[in-house]
Amino acid sequence: MTNIFNVQDLSYQVGETKILKNINLDIEKGAYLTVVGPSGSGKSTFMRILASMISPTSGQVLFNGQPLNTFEPTEYRQKVSYAFQQPTLFGKTVRENLVFPFEVRKQELDESKMIANLEMVNLNETYLDKSVNDVSGGEKQRIALIRNLIFPPEVLITDEVTAGLDAENKNIVHRMLNEFNQRGLTILRVTHDETEIDDATDKIMIRNGELQND
Amino acid sequence: MTNLTVSNSTLALGFVLVLVALIIGYIEKLHIDKDIIIGVIRAIVQLSIVGYVLKFVIKANDVWLTLACFVIIVINASYNAGKRGNGIPKAFQSSLLAIFVGTTITLGTLVFTGSIKFIPEQIVPVTGMIASNIMVAIGLCYRNMKQTFTDRHQQVLEKLALGADIKLASLDILRDSIKSGMQPTIDSIKTLGLVSLPGMMSGLIFAGVDPVKAIKYQIMVTFMLLASTSIGSIISCYLGYKQFFNERKQLKNDLIS
Repeated sequence: MTNIFNVQDLSYQVGETKILKNINLDIEKGAYLTVVGPSGSGKSTFMRILASMISPTSGQVLFNGQPLNTFEPTEYRQKVSYAFQQPTLFGKTVRENLVFPFEVRKQELDESKMIANLEMVNLNETYLDKSVNDVSGGEKQRIALIRNLIFPPEVLITDEVTAGLDAENKNIVHRMLNEFNQRGLTILRVTHDETEIDDATDKIMIRNGELQND
Repeated sequence: MTNLTVSNSTLALGFVLVLVALIIGYIEKLHIDKDIIIGVIRAIVQLSIVGYVLKFVIKANDVWLTLACFVIIVINASYNAGKRGNGIPKAFQSSLLAIFVGTTITLGTLVFTGSIKFIPEQIVPVTGMIASNIMVAIGLCYRNMKQTFTDRHQQVLEKLALGADIKLASLDILRDSIKSGMQPTIDSIKTLGLVSLPGMMSGLIFAGVDPVKAIKYQIMVTFMLLASTSIGSIISCYLGYKQFFNERKQLKNDLIS
């Protein structure tokens, strides 16, 4: 297996506070890696660096063998997509949210693609014109994930996306992510969910900004 | 012109009106007496100097001197607009470009169309009117931009995370900020003549000009302010929003916290 990420001596600090300390890690292409650790340990910061939302203070990340900072940021983020814990839906309707990835790529709208993606997360066509204020928390998270996956990236980073969801919504999200992973998508997920941690076959722990050997 | 009867002695008597403000401030314990006194002294000194300078410039009737006044007004307005940038980097430079372009285009159009003549008594006051309006518009744009970037930073982050360019990620903020700069001008246009008899028109009527002629000048001023605040708001916002991102197209946390 080839590595999609090589993390080399990665550190991040804000002022005098060291949030990440000399992290070294290789992540294989197609992996489903679960990142665990106490709150405030630096997990989200690590993920945001991998998603190029922030830059490390020192060290570097190689993506497919090339330094991350040599990629054009917007093109990179279309390949390495980051999903937030409590996403906000854009505009007034669900449709505007699914149109957004097409706008980003300056591609012609494909409504059938939008509907197919909605169905993948147990939502139907009627949701397209629903107001963003009329969808539940679980539906909101599922719609937000479609925004990340309607043009499948190479890597999906999920930051506690199932936190606060009920069992049914969690199952839908798990099923969707498993399907994408089986099709080759590399998934890095941060979670505090006991069941997810127990089920994970590939996991790492970050504690006090350092990578712990489990 | 014979109706203009303000003399030094009538002005001194008019100072009673300042005392009214001071007394209200004292009774209501507003602690604004110092600000009022400083403001009044500054107004008297600044306006006196400007009065003598304008008298000299108008008498000299020199192109270069007129242009020098234009430059001084533009730089001064940019400096003050930049100060309203609330920490937005390069706020002065952005304001300078916005005010310079906005004032030049508007003033150029007015001169070119024959609405005003290129003589100091017309160019200098009109430059002042245009530049000060753009200055206020830019201040509003910057304030709105900083506030909305703070309020909607999560949404901007999510759009960036989906691969959007910084312009697409900030498009709503950009539009709202431009609108906030233009809105006061649009609102004041709607009530022209109904609520306010604006400065230009009032000044001309005061000076004895036929009100029907005076409104023509006011209509010209309305067009001029609409154009200049639009140009100024657009330029300052398009230059301003980029300052919220670094070269890696990441949102700068220090500007939104």
